[in-house]
Parts: sequence; C-alpha cells; structure tokens
Amino acid sequence: MEFPGLFNYWVAVVLMMAGFYIVIAQGNLIKKVVGLNIFQVSVFVFYISMGKVKGGTAPILDEGIQLYSNPLPHVLILTAIVVGVATTALALALVVRIRDAFETIEEDETDALEAEDEAR
Amino acid sequence: MAVTAFGLIRIRNLFAVAMLFGVFSLVAALLYVIMDAVDVAFTEAAVGAGITTVLMLGTLALTSSVEKTHGPRNLLAMAVVLVTGAGLIYGTLDMPAYGDPDAPIHRHVADRYIGKSGAEVGPPNVVTSVLASYRGYDTLGEVTVIFTAAVGVLILLGRGRGRHTRRRPEDEPELWRGDERRLRDHRETEL
Repeated sequence: MEFPGLFNYWVAVVLMMAGFYIVIAQGNLIKKVVGLNIFQVSVFVFYISMGKVKGGTAPILDEGIQLYSNPLPHVLILTAIVVGVATTALALALVVRIRDAFETIEEDETDALEAEDEAR
Repeated sequence: MAVTAFGLIRIRNLFAVAMLFGVFSLVAALLYVIMDAVDVAFTEAAVGAGITTVLMLGTLALTSSVEKTHGPRNLLAMAVVLVTGAGLIYGTLDMPAYGDPDAPIHRHVADRYIGKSGAEVGPPNVVTSVLASYRGYDTLGEVTVIFTAAVGVLILLGRGRGRHTRRRPEDEPELWRGDERRLRDHRETEL
C-alpha cells in the first residue's frame, strides 16, 4: 500500500488534534486522560513513521539484509510508552482521589464546589 | 484509527471509552508493525492495550462510569484545535517524505548503531543494544520516572485514603454528598 509522501504526518496531526480537542473541550476527567493518551500515541506514530526507511526491515541484524529501519526512534518510543503508562496510572489515581474529595469527576462541578468554598 | 479516536470523542459511556481505547492501542500496534517497529508494537499491545485498559477499568470501578451530558459544542475549543492543526499541517510541508532513506534522521548515529552494535554489544536486535547499552542512561531515567509514579500512586491511594475528604464542619455530612439543591436550601434557611 503506497501513500503520498506526507500522509503519515497528517495522520499524526489529525490524531493529535483529536486528543487535544478531548483534553480542552470535555469536562470528564477520565475522558481527559484518554485524550492525553491519544495525543501521546499520535507523537509515537510520528516518531515511528520518521524512522521508517523504504525497503528496510525491522532492525534485527541478520545475514544478507542490507537496509534496516532506524532503530533510534524505536528505542525512544519504547521508553516513552512505558513512561506514558506510569503517568497515566498517576493521573487515574489523582482522578480517584478527586472523586473521593468531591464526589464527582466532572470538571465544571468540581470548579463550582471550589468557588463555593472560596465564597465562604 | 482516526475513526476510533473520533468515536472516543463522542461516546459518553466511559466503559465503552475504555474498551475503545484498547482497540485504539491495538490498531496503533498494528501500525507499528507495518512501519518495522516490532519491539514498539509488542510494548504497545501489552502495555497500551493491556495495562492501560486494566487501569482505566479499575478507575471506573472506583468512580462512575457514565459521563454527564454537556450543553452545546464547545466552538472556541474547536476553533483552537482547527487553527493548531492547520499550523501543524503547514509545518509538515517541509518534512522529508515517508520512507526517504536520505532524511536527516538517518544521517547521524543510526548507521553506527546498525553497523557496529552486533560487534560492540552483541544481541542481534539493535533496539535492545541501543536501549540497554548506548542509551542506558535513558533507561535509567525511565525507571526513575516509573518509580516516582509508583510512589505517587501509593501515596494517593494508600493508607490515608478517605481521611482527607472535603468535609465542612458546619454542614451535616449528608448535605455535601452531591446533593447541591439541598445544600443551597440549607444555606438559605441559615441566612
């Protein structure tokens, strides 16, 4: 399957904007975490697509293969995926605590409760 | 993949969101295989589709699984997103084409990693050599981040949980439990 030259970047941009929209426009905190994850995956796709060499194979050394894809972005993204899960876990733990404290995970409701507290 | 992402924007039921996010991660893993990143695909399938989904389901079990419906679409947010997206697309016009072997990213250390890692480090998988040897400090930093995150989660969800709820001394406990209207009535009678 052949795509025109810049299609991979556009896929990453569209995904990134989908994640961005979820983060800024949706009030539910779990939804926001999902949006952040989508944003993150778009960056991963961007990196991995930059590492691809046309006609290359996966970077596992073997006899008779001359052309490999670039292993460096793969390494960086491996690290990033694992770190991403760690931060996601932290974010979800924060959501659980917010739910404990406010009885809701909708941003506008927590804002209203905070404003009420400050008004006192 | 974009379809699942847009589905995630629309769906209100958070259980379905968690499931759809698993699908999204698996599609991403497939995409990585197509682009020769098999190690990344393994990790994404195991960690992204597996652990993240489990974490989300756990959170849903501890919170609520239905999102509140909101009013009209957020037009300002949509405008910001579209402008940013247009700017990024404009930025990609100067980028090297997909799969171009002469792109700047392939000009620097990649050749050395591919050419010499077999002799210098050993494992045939170049990604392994780079991860564990050439960029070992990155991996050390990664482990530090994970450790910090684990400590944070334990602090947040550990022993102290439930003691720091948002109590107001002057209100009856059942009043602040989400029942906004009763709270307001209560305050009006006080005034």
